[in-house]
Amino acid sequence: MAEIRNYTLNFGPQHPAAHGVLRLVLELDGEVIQRADPHIGLLHRATEKLAEHKTWIQSLPYMDRLDYVSMMCNEHAYCMAIEKLAGIEVPERAQYIRVMFDEITRVLNHLLWLGAHAIDIGAMTVFLYCFREREDLMDCYEAVSGARMHAAYYRPGGVYRDLPDAMPQYQPSPYRSEKKVRELNENRQGSLLDFIEDFTRRFPTYVDEYETLLTDNRIWKQRTVGIGVVTPERAKALGFTGPMLRGSGVEWDLRRKQPYEVYDRMEFDIPIGVNGDCYDRYLVRIEEMRESNKIIRQCIAWLRANPGPVITSNHKVAAPSRVEMKSNMEELIHHFKLFTEGMHVPSGEAYACVEHPKGEFGIYAISDGANKPYRLKIRAPGFPHLAALNEMSRGHMLADVVAIIGTQDIVFGEIDR
Amino acid sequence: MSELVQSFQGLLVSGLGPQLGDYAFIAIKTVVLILCIVLPLMGAVAYLTLWERKFIGWIQIRLGPNRVGPLGLFQPIADGLKALVKELIIPASSNKFLFLLAPVLALGPALAAWAVIPFAPEVVLADVNAGLLYLMAMTSMGVYGVIIAGWASNSKYAFLGAMRSAAQIVAYEIAMGFALVCVLLVSHSLNLSDIVNGQAKGMFAAQGINFLSWNWLPLLPMVLVYFISGVAETNRAPFDVVEGESEIVAGHMIEYSGMGFATFFLAEYANMWLIATLSAIMFFGGWASPFGFAPFTWIPPIVWLLGKAAVIVTMFLWLRATFPRYRYDQIMRLGWKVFIPITIVWLVLISAWMQTPWNIWS
Repeated sequence: MAEIRNYTLNFGPQHPAAHGVLRLVLELDGEVIQRADPHIGLLHRATEKLAEHKTWIQSLPYMDRLDYVSMMCNEHAYCMAIEKLAGIEVPERAQYIRVMFDEITRVLNHLLWLGAHAIDIGAMTVFLYCFREREDLMDCYEAVSGARMHAAYYRPGGVYRDLPDAMPQYQPSPYRSEKKVRELNENRQGSLLDFIEDFTRRFPTYVDEYETLLTDNRIWKQRTVGIGVVTPERAKALGFTGPMLRGSGVEWDLRRKQPYEVYDRMEFDIPIGVNGDCYDRYLVRIEEMRESNKIIRQCIAWLRANPGPVITSNHKVAAPSRVEMKSNMEELIHHFKLFTEGMHVPSGEAYACVEHPKGEFGIYAISDGANKPYRLKIRAPGFPHLAALNEMSRGHMLADVVAIIGTQDIVFGEIDR
Repeated sequence: MSELVQSFQGLLVSGLGPQLGDYAFIAIKTVVLILCIVLPLMGAVAYLTLWERKFIGWIQIRLGPNRVGPLGLFQPIADGLKALVKELIIPASSNKFLFLLAPVLALGPALAAWAVIPFAPEVVLADVNAGLLYLMAMTSMGVYGVIIAGWASNSKYAFLGAMRSAAQIVAYEIAMGFALVCVLLVSHSLNLSDIVNGQAKGMFAAQGINFLSWNWLPLLPMVLVYFISGVAETNRAPFDVVEGESEIVAGHMIEYSGMGFATFFLAEYANMWLIATLSAIMFFGGWASPFGFAPFTWIPPIVWLLGKAAVIVTMFLWLRATFPRYRYDQIMRLGWKVFIPITIVWLVLISAWMQTPWNIWS
């Protein structure tokens, strides 16, 4: 009699649902998964090693490129680690700006996640709806930092500059009439804060729009309810964080449990799931978008009322202003030292983590007192999630693996680092 | 026109002798008629791809193709040219004969089925009495192309696609068949022209509101079953597990490039038009106008048929833009456990109804 063997399927790295460069070796019995073996490392860029050879500030843009859909949150953890090591005070206004942009980033990330998850399950329209809103948030990034994605906006000691008073405008082109351009620029006439406020007013109706397409859709429910169930105990044991953990019903959010910056002054709820399946995680993330919207509104209100410095005045850490540098010898020396040698961080070690859109994103830095880290370790939330893929997908069907990869919100920039 | 045809026949008969001349005339006439159906069909298929991209584009708040020609109208031509000049890659480990045969097997039945479609009264290539049976046979044939493609490619994804397709089409072919049996029951005929003519009579048709006399009203559940089965039959979203973009990439088509792929594509869209036209013929009165009075009767019958088909085809696109994809086992469950029982029950109900004094189809 012929020997019966499982069907081995090489899923990715060139697969539309591989979210970049996931290579998954699946053992199938018919279409039922017997074993899912994720292979990582195809996007390994040695960020941790590179950081050992760059000044503290030079490594900062690498952080954007870790989880390249939630850029500023990565920077945030890195800056917090440095601030913890060097004992730097961050001005209050900078803290509010950071919180606001963290939440903008959370929305940005969840929108991409929602679009990608939906298109993985076959609902392609949601993807384009999400990208319509992402476009507006990208414009916020652009207005504040000049870059649509890799902002490098947070700096040790604060943020690079204050919020701008004007938004970038659309320009007329052969393909866009004057009238169209005027329409597009209509909500860009005021400051960045006006633009974001306008966005937060519109955004809840957009979320309703996605929900009409998905939440009560029978096919969507059939595809997500009961798929990839993780019990609260297993979720904790597997090292899950963020929506993956909250989807299983564990109320754990670093913004609440270990408040950093001004999160302790914010009013928001932490949505948690019940069953720990893909549908619950979907609901949790949808609700998180609404909560983020609330936090953004609170930040806007505070930021409008309280002008002030946005970066520390300690010029050993942050560059002095251009005017000061041109008129003051000491400031000139600070400027020169900072841009040639970089800042020195006292020796010691520190772990700083933020509630990243995907979970707990942490930076563990060891300094030996030099102008660059002795060792930098990045705790990527996606890594333990991907490690649980085998457990989550065993016994499900091939199409469910795609849904589970989607629900894990995997980005290889952070997993492979 | 008919004088011209007759003089051409006379020319052939005088040139080739009475017997050979007649055969030659029939052969040439048939080829010309086939071209008259296939060429516009290919045009319709090409422009359906453009319409799909435009329509889904509008749903998704984008513009759709608008660069090639005015409003993007030359886009399908550009796509066709591109597919023609692309290299046809045949995988080294494939079965070359079957690999090349499969696209032909997919497209052939999709075109052959059009032979019995009546476009207007008397306008039909082959007015055969077993038209419905022929259609069922032809639409079932299409699955061979898919299965052979999946097998011959010697690729795991293609093989999975072929297996899914085989199971899916069997399940939905049965539901679809039973839905059509209801139609043939009430029409007393397998001839498609008779089915259309049968819908033009009745209580409402006598008062000029023809559309209430059409089959869709008494057979409403069957219309839904037929339409949904048609979507599944043509492997369109939300039943597109056979090519399941995000699962098995392109299923049976994964190894095909250039014209090989384009042929599958043409077959899929030709099938969409076929299912839409058939829905119009079986349930929505075919070429008949919805009202029996002017100005509706001024519009030529073929416009009514094509208009109805276009609306139904647009529904296919709308579904694609709206719904997530079913999982393979869920499709099977829907087919076997929901549709087939519904159709059988309705078949019995209709048969019982026809035995009662309230029979409306006598």
